[in-house]
Amino acid sequence: MPDRLDVAKTYKLFVRGAFPRSESGRSYAVKSADGRWLANAAQASRKDVRDAVVAAREAVSGWSGATAYNRGQVLYRVAELLEGRAAQFTDQVVDAEGTRRERARRDVETAIDRWVWYAGWADKFAQVVGSSNPVAGPYFNFSLPEPTGVVAIVAPQESSFLGLVSVLAPVIVTGNTTVVVAAELRPLPAVTLSEVLATSDVPPGVVNVLTGRTAELAPVLAAHMDVNAIDLTGAPENVAELERASAANLKRVLIQPDDWVGDPSPRRMKSFVEIKTVWHPVGT
Amino acid sequence: MDVQPRPTATLLERALPGEIATSDAALRQLLHGLPGVDQVGAEARAASLASRSIKTSAKAWAIDTAIRMIDLTTLEGADTPGKVRAMCAKARRPDPTDDSVPPVAAVCVYPDLVEVACEALEGSSVAVASVATAFPSGRSSLAVKLADTRDAVAAGADEVDMVIDRGAFLSGRYGQVYEEIRLVREACGQAHLKVILETAELATLDNVSRAAWLAMLGGADFVKTSTGKVTPAATLPAALVMLAAVRDFADATGRRVGVKVAGGIRSSKDAVRYLVLVAETAGDEWLTPAAFRIGASSLLNDLLMQRFKLLTGVYAGPDYFTVD
Amino acid sequence: MGFEYAPAPESREIVRLQASYGLFLNGEFVPSSSGRTFLTYNPATEEPLAEVALAGEEDVEAAVNAARAAQEGAWGRMRGAERAKYLFRIARILQERAREFAVLESLDNGKPIRESRDVDVPLSAAHFFYHAGWADKLEYAGLGPAPRPLGVAGQIIPWNFPLLMASWKLAPALAAGNTCVLKPAETTPLTALLLAAVCQQANLPPGVVNVLTGDGETGAALVRHPGLDKVAFTGSTEVGKEILRTLAGTGRRLTLELGGKAANVVFDDAPLDQAVEGIVNGIFFNQGQVCCAGSRLLVQESVAEAVVERLKRRLTTLRLGDPLDKNTDIGAINSAQQLAKIRQLSAAGDAEGAERWSPPCELPERGYWFPPTIFTGVSQSHRIAREEIFGPVLSVLTFRTPAEAVTKANNTPYGLSAGVWTEKGSRILWMANKMEAGVVWANTFNRFDPASPFGGYQESGFGREGGRHGIEAYLDA
Repeated sequence: MPDRLDVAKTYKLFVRGAFPRSESGRSYAVKSADGRWLANAAQASRKDVRDAVVAAREAVSGWSGATAYNRGQVLYRVAELLEGRAAQFTDQVVDAEGTRRERARRDVETAIDRWVWYAGWADKFAQVVGSSNPVAGPYFNFSLPEPTGVVAIVAPQESSFLGLVSVLAPVIVTGNTTVVVAAELRPLPAVTLSEVLATSDVPPGVVNVLTGRTAELAPVLAAHMDVNAIDLTGAPENVAELERASAANLKRVLIQPDDWVGDPSPRRMKSFVEIKTVWHPVGT
Repeated sequence: MDVQPRPTATLLERALPGEIATSDAALRQLLHGLPGVDQVGAEARAASLASRSIKTSAKAWAIDTAIRMIDLTTLEGADTPGKVRAMCAKARRPDPTDDSVPPVAAVCVYPDLVEVACEALEGSSVAVASVATAFPSGRSSLAVKLADTRDAVAAGADEVDMVIDRGAFLSGRYGQVYEEIRLVREACGQAHLKVILETAELATLDNVSRAAWLAMLGGADFVKTSTGKVTPAATLPAALVMLAAVRDFADATGRRVGVKVAGGIRSSKDAVRYLVLVAETAGDEWLTPAAFRIGASSLLNDLLMQRFKLLTGVYAGPDYFTVD
Repeated sequence: MGFEYAPAPESREIVRLQASYGLFLNGEFVPSSSGRTFLTYNPATEEPLAEVALAGEEDVEAAVNAARAAQEGAWGRMRGAERAKYLFRIARILQERAREFAVLESLDNGKPIRESRDVDVPLSAAHFFYHAGWADKLEYAGLGPAPRPLGVAGQIIPWNFPLLMASWKLAPALAAGNTCVLKPAETTPLTALLLAAVCQQANLPPGVVNVLTGDGETGAALVRHPGLDKVAFTGSTEVGKEILRTLAGTGRRLTLELGGKAANVVFDDAPLDQAVEGIVNGIFFNQGQVCCAGSRLLVQESVAEAVVERLKRRLTTLRLGDPLDKNTDIGAINSAQQLAKIRQLSAAGDAEGAERWSPPCELPERGYWFPPTIFTGVSQSHRIAREEIFGPVLSVLTFRTPAEAVTKANNTPYGLSAGVWTEKGSRILWMANKMEAGVVWANTFNRFDPASPFGGYQESGFGREGGRHGIEAYLDA
């Protein structure tokens, strides 16, 4: 049986539901944990960041305006497609992280189940976090969580799939849109995840994924005045600097390292919502 | 068209142009005293009616009726006499291979092409409608708007489609809106007046309802949804509210005003949905070109294609229908 | 000439009716141990649809045992995240087979295909989706850090929303980790049995869901079985009280969702056309065979004539006929028995001096039909203002002030639902406060969502279904 050459995949950015190359024309070599060349991934620039934030902002009203049930359905559909590609993700995790196949497979299954867990929160979150408040007067008073808007995520550097899923799902399930900086040295699972998002019912612009140098991209997002919040999990070395930059428009900042193994709590979802309280008189 | 007014109608009984108080405050009280429109409820009702299943003989009737109700329209800066003549030929004979296809109700053009249209439609039943009053924006002086109207009428227009001043409406100058309509109606003479509300710019269904009443009080023969130059143009909920308004106006005053939906209606399915809306909101009396019109251009070919499918059982393609 | 809608029939072909159906016991379809069967009919044509097994005491025993074994075994040991995935599967399959379920529901129940297609089936799937997501989040439901399932639930459902009621019962119970024995109504067993087939398709472990078709006796046998930890019943107030008496002293958990005589209150500043839609939906949706139906219109006297006139005009566009015709608005009454009851109470309305009105309506020759009907000139003391008719019959009363509306609305032993129509926000909230009803609809009616708790006050039952509050009924918290 003659050897067959496979058709190699190109790894580009994911912005507004499409896969453009970086406007800078750059790419960088991605290597496996054991040093083999895997692919040339697009190397995003500050202009790509700018475009991604514009795309994310445009997608906010549609995604946050969708019913919670609809968002839950969309996320559940994503889980179905993740399941279908479990073997592919397992291969990519093995290559990226050098873990044993059975461990990688378990991580992938955990990631899918975690995605399903978050999907099921969409139409329950407001019931758990919201309240009707018994104020001392003839007023109906209620508090509801609303998505904060555009959330930047610096994805975990080590856990290239399970960690990524664990920081991404809680942001979008409540109606936020996002720009994700993928793990710098292990970006390929993030691009494959983007392919899943592009072929499910996630509206364009809700999730945007940029591959490239964290040190180049994270500061742009941290300083960007049209980004409402930032998750700095994947930038542990520069956290102070990035927090300072985030202060310019009072971004909500989340720094919450994790081993991604244990069951999550609603904390990540709560970090990216605003509580709105409404009063209305009660009378004839 | 007159109908029997309800004996119990009080507020707007015999409310004919010129007989009601026309100050902004008085009109505001009147218009804001009308029952409100719940947006969610209205949209749900429109959606429910859109789920009616119109098949076979009902569909055939609806297609032919829709064709008869079309105001075949061209309102482009690049319009020329040649373009208008071609459209008029199609208007009087939509399908050259099939004489059983009825002509449309009217054509709709800019005032400076009315003469061309009249000539091209000589001897046919197709009317000539002209837009006027600084269509589509309505942003011009009253004098210019009235001159625009008179030009169209003098050139031979049977119908005039005017736009209301949305800026005046949204800033509460109801008296001005009312007066403009009244004066344009006067300038129309024998021609019928359609009053375009531009529902997208009015933004709320309450405003659509109030603007429709204001137009009818001002003497409109038809109330029309849109210019077609703003998106969204005609929508089912806006049409629902307008159909309810003309129905209630007829009950209160005995005068039947028509409704025209225009813009964005491209498929037969859309057209049929509007006919269902008319039938189940205003009633059968409005299911005639004298009381309901559809302003459209590409819709006609889709109706012809659906008609063909019903008659022959097969789907045709665009090459089998003329593009004018 | 008007716009005459041609027949637009939904095809029956998609449903492969079996000649006979067995009980669903421990993951298999089996005959009843006595071999007894009964027939289920299409109420629009009176034709028999299929023969169905009739479960007796031994079958109840077997089902409860199977449910117990499953609860103490595979289901009880299963992680919430895994239970969730079974429920997600069932939800998905319901969506995939939506049309089949809709047609079957209309055949067996008599409701218009438009309703089963656009309301019953999508809501049923949504119920499974919503509750699937609770299965692995019970610690966040506000019921403590580790709420446990009750065990085995016996669930008896009515004939008015057969599939939807099955979903309302099964989804939360299973999400919470219980196993179930479900008893569908005698006249509408078929969609519950198809749902059982879906459970098989989803590979649900045997015994987790059991379906015992049968009659009133079957239900009574199930209710009194000592092996149940929980009983849930939706049906008439009369039977609900019997169940209460049966379970008294046993310590078994119970929720009841019973009858109603809801007031739909329309104020003079209501958005009139939408209020008329709400009135129509309130009493004619599902032919009025709805526990939360807006069967009493309480209209402010100053606009009563205008509202009734608009209502009558609106009724002339209602289409009564073949439930499988996509344009039908009013379908068949579910049974001869129910039709007789509607007729009897309507006759009482005539006798007591109320004025009956229906739009001109051609009733098909075969089948059980009742035209949409309104009674005006009704007073509080009339039987048609107090007793649940459970049919397309509206009683119209008037009021002068908000306080009077409240008094009249609450003047009933029932308390399931209520409607309020006004453009004034404060008044909506004031009325909502004052109405003694478990569900208040403001400027809308008959809206259901798995996230929204549903249930009644007083003799309309107790306990809630749906939402965070609904899941509590199936947990030991």
